[in-house]
Amino acid sequence: MRSGNAGNGMGKKTTTKRTESEVKRVLYERPRALLDVHTHYCAGCGHGTMHRLLAEVLEELGVLEQAIGVAPVGCAVLAYDYVDIDWTEAAHGRAPAVATGLKRVHPDKVVFTYQGDGDLASIGMAETIHAANRGENITVIFINNAIYGMTQGQMAPTTLIGQKTKTTPRGRDPETTGYPLKVCELLDQLVAPVLLARTTVVTPKHVRQTKALLKKAFQCQMENVGYSLIEVLSPCPTYWHMTPMEAYHFIEQTVTDSFPLGVIRDVKDRA
Amino acid sequence: MSDKRFEVTILTHFCKGCGLCVEFCPEGKLYIEQKPDMRGIQAAAVRADVDCTGCLQCATICPDAAIEIVRVEAPVST
Ligand code: SF4
Ligand code: SF4
Ligand code: SF4
Repeated sequence: MRSGNAGNGMGKKTTTKRTESEVKRVLYERPRALLDVHTHYCAGCGHGTMHRLLAEVLEELGVLEQAIGVAPVGCAVLAYDYVDIDWTEAAHGRAPAVATGLKRVHPDKVVFTYQGDGDLASIGMAETIHAANRGENITVIFINNAIYGMTQGQMAPTTLIGQKTKTTPRGRDPETTGYPLKVCELLDQLVAPVLLARTTVVTPKHVRQTKALLKKAFQCQMENVGYSLIEVLSPCPTYWHMTPMEAYHFIEQTVTDSFPLGVIRDVKDRA
Repeated sequence: MSDKRFEVTILTHFCKGCGLCVEFCPEGKLYIEQKPDMRGIQAAAVRADVDCTGCLQCATICPDAAIEIVRVEAPVST
């Protein structure tokens, strides 16, 4: 703590003494639950930011010991190597079903899934909708980067119209491949979900908003309010073939036209 | 009476050189190294001649939690 040598007569006038009397206060440091490892994510990838926020939020809520994550198949398949909590790995797309079982057997745990667009909105759509429709008391973190990153850049259900991918080399054509799938709006047709929101991580302001929403989603579960899903528009610089900064601008300027940001449903606000 | 300053540290071993912190720092405190390190990464670095205001923009945007910021308050002896 501050020892305070001001006015003790030592040192010359107007000289700043920076000795053992300095008081240091950490304004930002790596969250405790982030393991000291170099992740395999590409430079600028939104997964890193979301892992960091996850670690910060669980620590701030004091539930690091209670948290159980269900990892996806996709780029985040190794999430359990990066965030120091309990995890399990689900078969591709089945995370909400696994989370359902975990939460029903361990209602005192804080159970969440962490899934990408291929996992959640393609192969796992049935599990996604039914868990939401049952109003399972779980938290779903949905990383939407509009592409399949792990398998090197094929079209996802959330790929934008006209977006070039390995499987849509001339751009996504809705005539043959349909339209970008809006998961939050789709789930908003159901009765049971209590919190549905779309956010992003491409400016510090958005990162702070995302953190607040993530916290709220976990609080919904901890207060037994019910199912929540936070969709995060997340940059994939590598398979968008952009620099990190270009990818961040692309989300702000283009992706948000197809996927508007905002809280789509918040039952707590309505109550 | 006290005098405060902010210390920003790049944890180089976590940095991937994405450059986002450089873009978002309003003071121009950060830059990307010209020379790649042993991993082949051009990491972020801190300019000694620019003052950090402790705004946390860089740490908030960094996807790899590679930035730490400390506020240092030094009692001034007169
Ligand atoms: S491929 Fe895309 S989503 Fe996967 S780690 Fe790289 S940037 Fe992230
Ligand atoms: S934002 Fe983080 S990872 Fe990117 S260059 Fe800056 S310190 Fe390195
Ligand atoms: S805290 Fe603010 S002023 Fe300091 S280096 Fe980071 S962005 Fe720049």
